[in-house]
Amino acid sequence: MRKMKFLFVVVTLLLSATIGYAQDETNKVDMADTMRSNGRIYVVVAVVVLILIGLILYLVRLDRKITKMEKEK
Amino acid sequence: MEGLKCEPLKVNSYVLLHTSYILLRIYPFPLFLLHFFKMIAGLSLVSNGCAQKCMHKSWWKILCVVLLFYTFIAGFLMDVPRLPALSETIRNLYFHVCMWFCMMILFTASVVYAIRYLRTNKLVDDIYSRQFAAVGIVFGVLGYATGAIWMSYTWADPNNSSFQSFSAVAREPKLIGAAIALLIYFAYMVLRDSISDIDKRARITAVYNIFAYALLFPTIWIIPRILPSLHPGGQNGNPALDFKDIDNRMRMVFYPAVIAWTLLGVWITSLKIRLSLLKEKRLLQ
Repeated sequence: MRKMKFLFVVVTLLLSATIGYAQDETNKVDMADTMRSNGRIYVVVAVVVLILIGLILYLVRLDRKITKMEKEK
Repeated sequence: MEGLKCEPLKVNSYVLLHTSYILLRIYPFPLFLLHFFKMIAGLSLVSNGCAQKCMHKSWWKILCVVLLFYTFIAGFLMDVPRLPALSETIRNLYFHVCMWFCMMILFTASVVYAIRYLRTNKLVDDIYSRQFAAVGIVFGVLGYATGAIWMSYTWADPNNSSFQSFSAVAREPKLIGAAIALLIYFAYMVLRDSISDIDKRARITAVYNIFAYALLFPTIWIIPRILPSLHPGGQNGNPALDFKDIDNRMRMVFYPAVIAWTLLGVWITSLKIRLSLLKEKRLLQ
Protein backbone atom coordinates (compact mmCIF):
# COMPACT_ATOMS: atom_id res chain seq x y z
CA MET A 1 0.00 0.00 0.00
CA ARG A 2 2.83 2.29 0.93
CA LYS A 3 4.51 1.59 -2.40
CA MET A 4 1.31 2.46 -4.23
CA LYS A 5 1.01 5.75 -2.38
CA PHE A 6 4.62 6.59 -3.15
CA LEU A 7 4.08 5.76 -6.81
CA PHE A 8 0.96 7.90 -6.92
CA VAL A 9 2.80 10.87 -5.44
CA VAL A 10 5.70 10.49 -7.85
CA VAL A 11 3.39 10.23 -10.84
CA THR A 12 1.37 13.27 -9.86
CA LEU A 13 4.55 15.24 -9.27
CA LEU A 14 5.90 14.24 -12.66
CA LEU A 15 2.61 15.08 -14.36
CA SER A 16 2.39 18.46 -12.69
CA ALA A 17 6.00 19.13 -13.75
CA THR A 18 5.20 18.37 -17.38
CA ILE A 19 2.07 20.51 -17.28
CA GLY A 20 4.02 23.42 -15.84
CA TYR A 21 6.66 22.93 -18.52
CA ALA A 22 4.04 22.86 -21.25
CA GLN A 23 2.51 26.10 -20.01
CA ASP A 24 5.88 27.78 -20.02
CA GLU A 25 6.37 26.76 -23.61
CA THR A 26 2.93 27.86 -24.77
CA ASN A 27 3.38 31.43 -23.67
CA LYS A 28 6.50 31.88 -25.73
CA VAL A 29 5.39 30.79 -29.20
CA ASP A 30 2.86 32.67 -31.25
CA MET A 31 0.19 30.32 -32.54
CA ALA A 32 -3.17 30.93 -34.20
CA ASP A 33 -5.00 30.69 -30.86
CA THR A 34 -7.56 33.41 -31.59
CA MET A 35 -8.52 31.64 -34.77
CA ARG A 36 -9.18 28.50 -32.77
CA SER A 37 -10.98 30.20 -29.88
CA ASN A 38 -13.51 32.02 -32.05
CA GLY A 39 -14.07 28.99 -34.25
CA ARG A 40 -12.95 30.52 -37.51
CA ILE A 41 -10.67 27.52 -38.06
CA TYR A 42 -13.81 25.54 -38.94
CA VAL A 43 -14.36 27.85 -41.90
CA VAL A 44 -10.94 26.92 -43.25
CA VAL A 45 -11.60 23.22 -42.64
CA ALA A 46 -14.99 23.48 -44.39
CA VAL A 47 -13.45 25.09 -47.48
CA VAL A 48 -10.60 22.59 -47.69
CA VAL A 49 -12.93 19.61 -47.18
CA LEU A 50 -15.29 20.92 -49.87
CA ILE A 51 -12.43 21.14 -52.36
CA LEU A 52 -11.40 17.61 -51.39
CA ILE A 53 -14.98 16.37 -51.94
CA GLY A 54 -15.01 17.97 -55.38
CA LEU A 55 -11.71 16.40 -56.39
CA ILE A 56 -12.73 12.96 -55.13
CA LEU A 57 -16.10 13.09 -56.89
CA TYR A 58 -14.22 13.94 -60.09
CA LEU A 59 -11.90 10.95 -59.59
CA VAL A 60 -14.83 8.61 -58.85
CA ARG A 61 -16.63 9.78 -62.00
CA LEU A 62 -13.50 9.15 -64.07
CA ASP A 63 -13.16 5.70 -62.52
CA ARG A 64 -16.78 4.85 -63.38
CA LYS A 65 -16.37 6.09 -66.96
CA ILE A 66 -13.26 3.98 -67.53
CA THR A 67 -14.99 0.93 -66.03
CA LYS A 68 -17.88 1.45 -68.45
CA MET A 69 -15.45 1.72 -71.37
CA GLU A 70 -13.74 -1.49 -70.26
CA LYS A 71 -17.07 -3.33 -70.12
CA GLU A 72 -18.01 -2.21 -73.62
CA LYS A 73 -15.07 -4.15 -75.03
CA MET B 1 31.89 -11.59 -7.88
CA GLU B 2 28.14 -11.83 -7.34
CA GLY B 3 27.69 -8.20 -8.20
CA LEU B 4 29.37 -8.62 -11.56
CA LYS B 5 26.87 -11.24 -12.73
CA CYS B 6 25.07 -10.09 -15.81
CA GLU B 7 21.32 -9.75 -15.74
CA PRO B 8 19.74 -11.67 -18.60
CA LEU B 9 18.57 -9.16 -21.21
CA LYS B 10 14.84 -8.74 -21.00
CA VAL B 11 13.41 -8.65 -24.48
CA ASN B 12 10.56 -6.24 -24.36
CA SER B 13 9.29 -3.93 -27.06
CA TYR B 14 11.53 -1.13 -25.82
CA VAL B 15 14.71 -3.18 -26.26
CA LEU B 16 13.57 -4.44 -29.65
CA LEU B 17 12.80 -0.93 -30.82
CA HIS B 18 16.18 0.40 -29.75
CA THR B 19 18.23 -2.48 -31.13
CA SER B 20 16.49 -2.11 -34.46
CA TYR B 21 17.12 1.63 -34.27
CA ILE B 22 20.84 1.13 -33.57
CA LEU B 23 21.11 -1.54 -36.27
CA LEU B 24 19.53 0.85 -38.75
CA ARG B 25 22.05 3.51 -37.78
CA ILE B 26 25.13 1.32 -38.26
CA TYR B 27 23.79 -0.68 -41.20
CA PRO B 28 26.26 0.22 -43.95
CA PHE B 29 24.50 2.16 -46.64
CA PRO B 30 25.94 0.36 -49.70
CA LEU B 31 24.81 -2.95 -48.19
CA PHE B 32 21.39 -1.47 -47.60
CA LEU B 33 21.20 -0.36 -51.23
CA LEU B 34 22.25 -3.82 -52.43
CA HIS B 35 19.58 -5.54 -50.32
CA PHE B 36 17.02 -2.96 -51.32
CA PHE B 37 17.61 -3.49 -55.02
CA LYS B 38 17.58 -7.26 -54.53
CA MET B 39 14.21 -6.92 -52.83
CA ILE B 40 12.91 -4.83 -55.72
CA ALA B 41 14.17 -7.36 -58.26
CA GLY B 42 12.43 -10.06 -56.24
CA LEU B 43 9.19 -8.06 -56.20
CA SER B 44 9.30 -7.90 -59.97
CA LEU B 45 8.67 -11.65 -60.12
CA VAL B 46 5.20 -11.41 -58.56
CA SER B 47 2.49 -12.14 -61.11
CA ASN B 48 0.72 -9.30 -62.84
CA GLY B 49 -2.80 -10.66 -62.47
CA CYS B 50 -2.93 -9.54 -58.85
CA ALA B 51 -2.31 -5.89 -59.74
CA GLN B 52 -4.87 -5.98 -62.52
CA LYS B 53 -7.52 -7.45 -60.24
CA CYS B 54 -6.72 -4.98 -57.47
CA MET B 55 -7.18 -1.97 -59.74
CA HIS B 56 -10.91 -2.71 -59.97
CA LYS B 57 -11.41 -3.28 -56.25
CA SER B 58 -13.00 -0.44 -54.33
CA TRP B 59 -12.02 -1.11 -50.72
CA TRP B 60 -8.66 0.64 -50.95
CA LYS B 61 -10.21 3.61 -52.72
CA ILE B 62 -12.72 3.97 -49.89
CA LEU B 63 -9.86 3.67 -47.39
CA CYS B 64 -8.02 6.39 -49.29
CA VAL B 65 -11.00 8.76 -49.16
CA VAL B 66 -11.61 8.14 -45.45
CA LEU B 67 -7.94 8.69 -44.57
CA LEU B 68 -7.78 11.82 -46.72
CA PHE B 69 -10.75 13.33 -44.89
CA TYR B 70 -9.13 12.38 -41.60
CA THR B 71 -5.89 14.05 -42.73
CA PHE B 72 -7.58 17.29 -43.70
CA ILE B 73 -9.85 17.56 -40.66
CA ALA B 74 -7.48 16.28 -37.98
CA GLY B 75 -4.56 17.97 -39.69
CA PHE B 76 -6.12 21.37 -39.08
CA LEU B 77 -7.89 20.76 -35.79
CA MET B 78 -5.55 18.50 -33.77
CA ASP B 79 -3.07 19.87 -31.31
CA VAL B 80 0.51 20.34 -32.51
CA PRO B 81 3.70 21.08 -30.57
CA ARG B 82 4.45 24.78 -30.16
CA LEU B 83 7.79 25.42 -31.81
CA PRO B 84 9.50 28.72 -32.43
CA ALA B 85 9.79 29.88 -36.07
CA LEU B 86 7.56 27.04 -37.26
CA SER B 87 4.43 27.68 -35.14
CA GLU B 88 1.31 26.65 -37.09
CA THR B 89 3.21 25.89 -40.28
CA ILE B 90 4.28 22.59 -38.73
CA ARG B 91 0.97 21.27 -40.05
CA ASN B 92 2.61 21.27 -43.47
CA LEU B 93 4.18 17.99 -42.36
CA TYR B 94 0.88 16.28 -43.22
CA PHE B 95 0.97 17.67 -46.75
CA HIS B 96 4.46 18.60 -47.93
CA VAL B 97 6.33 15.59 -46.52
CA CYS B 98 3.61 13.18 -47.68
CA MET B 99 4.11 14.36 -51.26
CA TRP B 100 7.73 13.15 -51.12
CA PHE B 101 6.76 9.86 -49.49
CA CYS B 102 4.18 9.30 -52.20
CA MET B 103 6.68 10.22 -54.91
CA MET B 104 9.27 7.76 -53.56
CA ILE B 105 6.75 4.92 -53.41
CA LEU B 106 5.47 5.62 -56.93
CA PHE B 107 9.02 5.77 -58.32
CA THR B 108 9.79 2.48 -56.56
CA ALA B 109 6.75 0.91 -58.22
CA SER B 110 7.94 2.35 -61.51
CA VAL B 111 11.40 0.80 -61.22
CA VAL B 112 9.89 -2.55 -60.18
CA TYR B 113 7.85 -2.60 -63.39
CA ALA B 114 10.90 -1.48 -65.40
CA ILE B 115 12.87 -4.49 -64.13
CA ARG B 116 9.84 -6.68 -64.80
CA TYR B 117 9.76 -5.46 -68.37
CA LEU B 118 13.43 -6.37 -68.83
CA ARG B 119 12.64 -9.86 -67.53
CA THR B 120 9.40 -10.56 -69.34
CA ASN B 121 9.47 -8.27 -72.41
CA LYS B 122 5.74 -7.67 -72.04
CA LEU B 123 4.60 -4.18 -73.07
CA VAL B 124 2.01 -4.12 -70.27
CA ASP B 125 4.85 -3.76 -67.77
CA ASP B 126 6.25 -0.85 -69.75
CA ILE B 127 2.88 0.92 -69.55
CA TYR B 128 2.75 0.39 -65.79
CA SER B 129 6.29 1.68 -65.37
CA ARG B 130 5.64 4.80 -67.43
CA GLN B 131 2.42 5.76 -65.66
CA PHE B 132 3.88 5.28 -62.19
CA ALA B 133 6.79 7.54 -63.13
CA ALA B 134 4.45 10.19 -64.58
CA VAL B 135 2.29 10.44 -61.45
CA GLY B 136 5.43 10.29 -59.29
CA ILE B 137 6.73 13.36 -61.11
CA VAL B 138 3.45 15.21 -60.42
CA PHE B 139 3.78 14.49 -56.71
CA GLY B 140 7.46 15.43 -56.77
CA VAL B 141 6.70 18.81 -58.35
CA LEU B 142 3.96 19.39 -55.77
CA GLY B 143 6.38 18.52 -52.97
CA TYR B 144 8.99 20.87 -54.39
CA ALA B 145 6.55 23.76 -54.81
CA THR B 146 5.05 23.37 -51.33
CA GLY B 147 8.55 23.15 -49.88
CA ALA B 148 9.50 26.38 -51.65
CA ILE B 149 6.54 28.21 -50.09
CA TRP B 150 7.14 26.75 -46.65
CA MET B 151 10.87 27.52 -46.64
CA SER B 152 10.48 31.11 -47.82
CA TYR B 153 8.46 31.86 -44.66
CA THR B 154 10.32 29.81 -42.07
CA TRP B 155 13.97 29.86 -43.17
CA ALA B 156 13.99 33.42 -44.38
CA ASP B 157 16.00 36.02 -42.50
CA PRO B 158 13.47 37.93 -40.38
CA ASN B 159 15.33 41.19 -41.01
CA ASN B 160 14.95 40.94 -44.77
CA SER B 161 11.83 40.30 -46.78
CA SER B 162 11.33 36.69 -47.91
CA PHE B 163 11.95 37.85 -51.47
CA GLN B 164 15.37 39.30 -50.59
CA SER B 165 16.56 36.40 -48.51
CA PHE B 166 15.53 33.94 -51.20
CA SER B 167 18.96 33.95 -52.84
CA ALA B 168 20.53 32.72 -49.61
CA VAL B 169 17.86 30.13 -48.99
CA ALA B 170 17.91 28.83 -52.57
CA ARG B 171 21.45 27.50 -52.08
CA GLU B 172 20.06 24.82 -49.83
CA PRO B 173 21.53 21.39 -50.81
CA LYS B 174 18.21 19.65 -50.26
CA LEU B 175 16.52 21.97 -52.76
CA ILE B 176 19.21 21.56 -55.39
CA GLY B 177 19.32 17.78 -54.91
CA ALA B 178 15.56 17.47 -55.25
CA ALA B 179 15.64 19.64 -58.36
CA ILE B 180 18.31 17.42 -59.95
CA ALA B 181 16.34 14.27 -59.11
CA LEU B 182 13.19 15.70 -60.68
CA LEU B 183 15.07 16.86 -63.78
CA ILE B 184 16.42 13.33 -64.26
CA TYR B 185 12.84 12.08 -64.28
CA PHE B 186 11.79 14.84 -66.69
CA ALA B 187 14.54 13.54 -68.97
CA TYR B 188 12.97 10.08 -68.65
CA MET B 189 9.76 11.46 -70.15
CA VAL B 190 11.62 13.30 -72.92
CA LEU B 191 13.62 10.16 -73.74
CA ARG B 192 10.43 8.12 -74.01
CA ASP B 193 8.82 10.48 -76.48
CA SER B 194 11.96 10.77 -78.62
CA ILE B 195 12.07 7.05 -79.56
CA SER B 196 9.40 5.95 -82.01
CA ASP B 197 10.01 2.20 -82.05
CA ILE B 198 7.84 0.70 -79.31
CA ASP B 199 10.09 -2.18 -78.22
CA LYS B 200 13.27 -0.17 -78.36
CA ARG B 201 11.64 2.65 -76.39
CA ALA B 202 10.45 0.23 -73.73
CA ARG B 203 13.87 -1.39 -73.32
CA ILE B 204 15.96 1.78 -73.31
CA THR B 205 13.66 3.65 -70.94
CA ALA B 206 13.46 0.66 -68.60
CA VAL B 207 17.24 0.74 -68.25
CA TYR B 208 17.22 4.53 -67.89
CA ASN B 209 14.54 4.21 -65.21
CA ILE B 210 16.84 2.02 -63.11
CA PHE B 211 19.63 4.60 -63.36
CA ALA B 212 17.27 7.45 -62.54
CA TYR B 213 16.01 5.59 -59.49
CA ALA B 214 19.53 4.84 -58.32
CA LEU B 215 20.37 8.53 -58.62
CA LEU B 216 17.42 9.50 -56.41
CA PHE B 217 19.31 8.22 -53.37
CA PRO B 218 22.46 10.33 -53.58
CA THR B 219 20.66 13.46 -54.75
CA ILE B 220 17.80 13.47 -52.24
CA TRP B 221 18.89 11.33 -49.32
CA ILE B 222 22.70 11.30 -49.08
CA ILE B 223 24.27 14.54 -50.31
CA PRO B 224 21.88 16.90 -48.45
CA ARG B 225 22.71 15.02 -45.25
CA ILE B 226 26.45 15.35 -45.70
CA LEU B 227 26.37 19.10 -46.30
CA PRO B 228 25.19 21.63 -43.73
CA SER B 229 21.53 22.22 -44.35
CA LEU B 230 18.57 24.05 -42.83
CA HIS B 231 16.23 21.27 -43.87
CA PRO B 232 15.30 18.88 -41.03
CA GLY B 233 17.39 15.74 -41.31
CA GLY B 234 20.55 17.48 -42.41
CA GLN B 235 23.46 15.57 -40.89
CA ASN B 236 21.36 14.00 -38.14
CA GLY B 237 19.24 11.19 -39.44
CA ASN B 238 15.73 11.01 -40.71
CA PRO B 239 13.32 13.24 -38.79
CA ALA B 240 10.13 11.81 -40.31
CA LEU B 241 10.92 8.18 -39.45
CA ASP B 242 12.88 8.79 -36.25
CA PHE B 243 10.81 7.64 -33.28
CA LYS B 244 12.39 10.18 -30.98
CA ASP B 245 12.14 13.22 -33.23
CA ILE B 246 8.51 13.38 -34.30
CA ASP B 247 5.89 14.30 -31.71
CA ASN B 248 3.36 11.64 -30.66
CA ARG B 249 0.36 13.84 -31.44
CA MET B 250 1.67 14.51 -34.92
CA ARG B 251 2.40 10.87 -35.58
CA MET B 252 -1.31 10.08 -35.17
CA VAL B 253 -2.07 12.17 -38.21
CA PHE B 254 1.20 11.87 -40.11
CA TYR B 255 1.24 8.10 -40.72
CA PRO B 256 -2.40 7.91 -41.88
CA ALA B 257 -1.68 10.95 -44.07
CA VAL B 258 1.24 9.17 -45.76
CA ILE B 259 -0.99 6.16 -46.47
CA ALA B 260 -3.81 8.39 -47.72
CA TRP B 261 -1.67 10.40 -50.14
CA THR B 262 0.09 7.27 -51.41
CA LEU B 263 -3.23 5.55 -52.06
CA LEU B 264 -4.44 8.66 -53.88
CA GLY B 265 -1.34 8.58 -56.09
CA VAL B 266 -1.86 4.87 -56.79
CA TRP B 267 -5.53 5.49 -57.58
CA ILE B 268 -4.72 8.19 -60.14
CA THR B 269 -2.02 5.93 -61.61
CA SER B 270 -4.42 2.99 -61.87
CA LEU B 271 -6.88 5.17 -63.84
CA LYS B 272 -4.10 6.24 -66.20
CA ILE B 273 -2.93 2.65 -66.64
CA ARG B 274 -6.45 1.42 -67.42
CA LEU B 275 -6.97 4.19 -69.93
CA SER B 276 -3.69 3.54 -71.74
CA LEU B 277 -4.35 -0.23 -71.76
CA LEU B 278 -7.69 0.51 -73.45
CA LYS B 279 -5.91 2.69 -76.00
CA GLU B 280 -3.31 0.02 -76.70
CA LYS B 281 -6.03 -2.59 -77.22
CA ARG B 282 -7.73 -0.31 -79.72
CA LEU B 283 -4.44 0.14 -81.60
CA LEU B 284 -3.77 -3.58 -81.70
CA GLN B 285 -7.20 -4.51 -83.04
